[in-house]
Amino acid sequence: MADEATRKAVSDIPLLKTNSGPRDKELWVQRLREEYLALIKYVENNKAADNDWFRLESNKEGTRWFGKCWYIHELLKYEFDLEFDIPVTYPATAPEVAIPELDGKTAKMYRGGKICLTDHFKPLWARNVPKFGLAHLMALGLGPWLAVEIPDLIAKGIIEHKEQQNS
Amino acid sequence: MTTVEELRLRIRELENELIKSKQKQSDAEHHLRPKIDKMSAEVVDSNPYSRLMALKRMGIVQDYERIRSYSVAVVGVGGVGSVTAEMLTRCGIGKLLLFDYDKVELANMNRLFFQPHQAGLSKVQAAEHTLRNINPDVAFETHNYNITTMDNFTHFMERISHGGLEGKPVDLILSCVDNFEARMAINTACNELGQTWMESGVSENAVSGHIQLIIPGETACFACAPPLVVAANIDEKTLKKDGVCAASLPTTMGVVAGLLVQNVLKYLLGFGTVSYYLGYNAMQDFFPSMAMKANPQCDNAHCRRQQEEYKKKEAEQPKQEVVEEEEEVVHEDNEWGIELVSEVSEAELQDASGPVPDLPEGINVAYTIPKKDGVSGDTVEETEQSLEELMAQMKNM
Repeated sequence: MADEATRKAVSDIPLLKTNSGPRDKELWVQRLREEYLALIKYVENNKAADNDWFRLESNKEGTRWFGKCWYIHELLKYEFDLEFDIPVTYPATAPEVAIPELDGKTAKMYRGGKICLTDHFKPLWARNVPKFGLAHLMALGLGPWLAVEIPDLIAKGIIEHKEQQNS
Repeated sequence: MTTVEELRLRIRELENELIKSKQKQSDAEHHLRPKIDKMSAEVVDSNPYSRLMALKRMGIVQDYERIRSYSVAVVGVGGVGSVTAEMLTRCGIGKLLLFDYDKVELANMNRLFFQPHQAGLSKVQAAEHTLRNINPDVAFETHNYNITTMDNFTHFMERISHGGLEGKPVDLILSCVDNFEARMAINTACNELGQTWMESGVSENAVSGHIQLIIPGETACFACAPPLVVAANIDEKTLKKDGVCAASLPTTMGVVAGLLVQNVLKYLLGFGTVSYYLGYNAMQDFFPSMAMKANPQCDNAHCRRQQEEYKKKEAEQPKQEVVEEEEEVVHEDNEWGIELVSEVSEAELQDASGPVPDLPEGINVAYTIPKKDGVSGDTVEETEQSLEELMAQMKNM
């Protein structure tokens, strides 16, 4: 499913308990609390492992998420805005993470800058409903995507390092 | 200072404006044919319905005019959906509701229906314009949004319930979308409303497709089993996916749209046999078909509720001599789906394999869900913190 480091990182993310989506009102608040707890833990783990690589926040309903992710390549930091909506069918279906500024720059994307995940992601997600949450989506979806695409885009000269971004 | 990029955008906007006004002008010039009150069977060059009404004379369809009393919602107006909408328009459907959030792009030109000058227009707007020209007797309603987000989904449900002719529910929803999330959203809405729908799809490698009739409670819903795939008999290892997300062909999409609308006409007008699931393998020209019953253990609670209601209804029906239908058999072995997770070890594969529904040759599940739960590990620890406190904590990290 993924490399050893990703496996380890994923196994250290706490699993979620509440099977509820944004249409469920009170139960959704409980699910959101769990989402935040798992995300906080994952970011703490990343910081401890000197591999801090994203931030996320949501609107107060928890239906729209946005944040930043970054990737270090040859000691330079490349940072991107990311966003996604929680679909009404969440958590049965994972949100589609988008990096709008890379729209049109790579074929590994759908319209609107939605990243194109591997064939392995969907089965993996489906098998772990409702235990996987947004932290898992980051670790298994966006993380591996950045690791493959960003070095490639840099090598092709499609993205350039912004001077003001210091690593 | 205006940048080159801004100026380019402005030019694009103005070009679009120009196209729109040119289209308006040409409408006026070619003056649309007047609406026709009643479908006529008269065989004259000027009757757009003569060949359709001939279906009655030939005894294929009993009452063709009935088509004008039906409303159909098409979700996804892309390669399959646009052609589907055009076919229904030409057949004289009563009302079409179109849902799509996308814009026409030049990258769509390998498919049918849309034209280069429509690039930049919303798909639903461009489609409505073309379709209204083809047949002004059809009523149109278009929605340019993504149905999977909260607000839009609520509106989508409302239009399904009241968007038909005279405010009735629509008669049928056609799913012509290209992603799992949107299919699940349609499935959710239809299970809640007890709305019959047809699903359609073309594989990302463009050489297989399928259509499926879903009657909530009666036939398998989209969540009853893992997604089904029509085997194209291509070795997964030789299938190169580097650098591309999806391929598409106008041929495969045209075939699938044709199969879909044929099934719609048969279902609405009551002729021939309506297919429950029909696959299309373009590599071998093989069309596997089957029917699948709803799964009593379906994850979707509304699907289970609809199944109960269907059972009750069936019990009330006077007993008919029916041939015993095959029970859904669950295979213990894992004949399918192995190569889809080829990067995992054998042991993992054993753990990760779930039951496979009984499927005819040529139809597989995209993956299986194991009986026992997926990964195990610690769950989130309960804290006293409120959601707001957690949000603030995350923000300050």
